[in-house]
Amino acid sequence: MEEVLFFLAAIGALGGAFGVIAMRNPFYSVLALIVHLFSLAALFLLLTAAFVAAAQVVVYAGAVMVLYVFVVAYVGGGGESAWEPIPGQRFLAPLLAVALFVELSVAVLSSSLLALGADGPDVPAGFGNPAAIGRLLLEKFLLPFEASSILLLLAAVGAIVLASNRRQGEGDIPDEPSPNREEGMSPSPSPTAGAIS
Amino acid sequence: MNTDWFVVLSALLFSTGALGILLRRSPMVILLCLELMLNAGNLALVAFSRMVGNAQGQVFAVIVMVIAACEVVVGLGLIVAIFRRRLPLDVDDLRELRG
Repeated sequence: MEEVLFFLAAIGALGGAFGVIAMRNPFYSVLALIVHLFSLAALFLLLTAAFVAAAQVVVYAGAVMVLYVFVVAYVGGGGESAWEPIPGQRFLAPLLAVALFVELSVAVLSSSLLALGADGPDVPAGFGNPAAIGRLLLEKFLLPFEASSILLLLAAVGAIVLASNRRQGEGDIPDEPSPNREEGMSPSPSPTAGAIS
Repeated sequence: MNTDWFVVLSALLFSTGALGILLRRSPMVILLCLELMLNAGNLALVAFSRMVGNAQGQVFAVIVMVIAACEVVVGLGLIVAIFRRRLPLDVDDLRELRG
């Protein structure tokens, strides 16, 4: 039973991962990533990590993916150019990925970790449930927990600054545009450009 | 289920994400592939935590999730800023910083 669940979830996770890189439209890539995240949550449940699985579904598949879908809808999925700056990139990249996989597998499986081939010890019933994780977070890992919350706050402020309407950014641009800027922005950066966009 | 199955699956997912980063050109899809790689790391962390029988590895996985959320927020903010400036959303065209 456990093996069947593992292989089903593994096929879902791998299929989702390949779907992300194979889809032309970024919107379908986001949908494939949601499939991948749900399969990964099932794998976490198999590993008796109930809290991590729930956080995966709620935070990732819920909140973060909604953010992605909004940005894809705003930006629009453009087709990618067929131009290759590195000749043979389409053949070299899979080669490198396979080499990375073989390297990682050899590195892990040839290590002398004897417990790798075993099922893992029997764990008590409350292993990995929200109470256990919360106790660890608030007692043993209090400092990393607070540091990550500050980091999250900084990232939110940074995103607001980055994606805001650039009122101040336009004030910083001098009256005579430097030649480098003109090349980047083909429509002339008139003061009304910010209001339109 | 043995731990090595989970670890090999995690390696496979990680290299799939790396393949996507090497192949695709849209910054949005590259961010999605970064998510794939971070999640592969999470899977390895949780698998090893089960192997040792200690829940501390799962706390690591939760913190990695927070880092991934930060990365997504900043990355999507950058993409929106690039789009607002009418620059092309293509990592090969955005190369003013190249030496």
